[in-house]
Amino acid sequence: MNDIAVLGAGMHPWGKWGRSFVEYGTAAARAALADAGLSWRDVGSVVGADTVRCGYPGYVAGATFAQALGWQGARVTSVYAACASGAQAVGAARAQILAGLADVVLVVGADSAPKGFFAPAGGERPDDPDWLRFRVLGATNPAYFALYARRRMALHGDTVDDFAQVKVKNAAAGALNPLARYRTAVSAEEVAASAVVADPLRLLDICATSDGGAALVLSSMEFARRHGHPDPVRIRAVSTVTPTYPKAVLDLPDIATDSAVAASPAPHGFRASIARAAYEEAGLGPEDLSLAEVYDLSTALELEWYEDIGLCGAGEGAKLVREGVTALGGRVPVNTSGGLASFGEAVPAQAIAQLCELTWQLRGTAGSRQVPGARAGITANQGLFGHGSAVVAVR
Amino acid sequence: MTRTRRPVVAGWFTDDSEEENFRLLGTRCAACASVFFPREDSWCRNPGCPGGGELVETPLSRRGRVWSFTDGRYRPPAPYVSDPNAPWEPYTLVAVELEAEAMVVLGQAAPGVRTADLAIGMEVEVVPGVLNEDDAHIWTTWHWRPAPVHARVREERS
Repeated sequence: MNDIAVLGAGMHPWGKWGRSFVEYGTAAARAALADAGLSWRDVGSVVGADTVRCGYPGYVAGATFAQALGWQGARVTSVYAACASGAQAVGAARAQILAGLADVVLVVGADSAPKGFFAPAGGERPDDPDWLRFRVLGATNPAYFALYARRRMALHGDTVDDFAQVKVKNAAAGALNPLARYRTAVSAEEVAASAVVADPLRLLDICATSDGGAALVLSSMEFARRHGHPDPVRIRAVSTVTPTYPKAVLDLPDIATDSAVAASPAPHGFRASIARAAYEEAGLGPEDLSLAEVYDLSTALELEWYEDIGLCGAGEGAKLVREGVTALGGRVPVNTSGGLASFGEAVPAQAIAQLCELTWQLRGTAGSRQVPGARAGITANQGLFGHGSAVVAVR
Repeated sequence: MTRTRRPVVAGWFTDDSEEENFRLLGTRCAACASVFFPREDSWCRNPGCPGGGELVETPLSRRGRVWSFTDGRYRPPAPYVSDPNAPWEPYTLVAVELEAEAMVVLGQAAPGVRTADLAIGMEVEVVPGVLNEDDAHIWTTWHWRPAPVHARVREERS
């Protein structure tokens, strides 16, 4: 079995704090080390999930955090995969542990996000697809979420109230999470009264940009046993798949899909393939899940993830939220942390934060949002340019 | 002062042609028939392609059906160009399924086309449009707009 142990999890509270990402990441790292009962000097390797800032520090996150914690000679890695950066950082850490290159690896992701829409780096760069979709179309991230939402309404009969119920559910969970940025309940009426950003999605359907940090201390199972962790939370699978040609669903930051003239698209779309790869590697399936953390960049997108991680069939996502299946107390709670709806986006920290939540839930220490007897969970997310990731953790 | 008309990206559509001849320009792999838009001029990206094929410029279908649509109620960030002193006018975005190319192509809708005018599955056609203007240039682009019924009838007869 290729399990690795999660010895420590830590976060810096999310919000708009106006400080450097280094501060958030370092605070999260120290919290994760304290949680693991280890010192920074015990860490053999540090993996940083990169944030995109002009100038070097954000791009060299691993070394930036290592310097902030005090140079001690650890192996270092920095990874960038947009929203999947955190999961790829975990993937790199796991590979090092399984290869015997390091016993203890610290994974850190943090960001101080700009206000409003995410935008590409400056300059005249017509060879960059992300730059092009803004220049030629003005297509923001919420515009893509809205295209998916509108498509669901036409194909499956989802309503804007179904979407609002996702926000209501996630805000209720976020209200119980002291690390979340938004900690108040939200009603469907409040969602409906918020401004339209991209028809049919409103401000409260779309996640905010935030500051925040998250960190994990990972180790080999053997190290965990020797150091007083006989039954740690285990990471059983890390999926970091790319799409298969032709990718037939329009996706950030594409202006067009691949043509299906010469080859047929896979029977399952890219998002579904992300979870399938994780399930296959973990040797378990959606029926084994106690909970899931998925990227609710928009309320409508969360419903799509229910289908893509196999909680229900195609087009049945709205039914799940209507029946309370995915709420706290439901059969498979989704986004028990409050999700991005409650945290906002701090891109390189997000996938790591998802795993922090799984860790606390699987340990049974998630307090008033605890899923009783949680044994297995999956995280799922997707980064720009064809990065997909999902992580399965078990106890 | 005379301003020059220039495509916002060179080579993506027929420049300065009449509306009825206006087309998006992609490329087609001579070996496997895969179509690429935006155009791919280096290598075919179909991993199942036997290889050795040239990438030949090909005009895309003029008409397709709406896959989905939305609008932008807030001003997008740069590099989208808009006058920060003018009130924001929402644009409409349309994703269009092209049957012959078996692909979906995104674009802005023609001025005046609102989301209320669109429905998924509706037939639309590509037309030349203006993205923005500055002192030296009129930057041209492509727009989607609902296909007029008479055009559909004419097409079916031809």
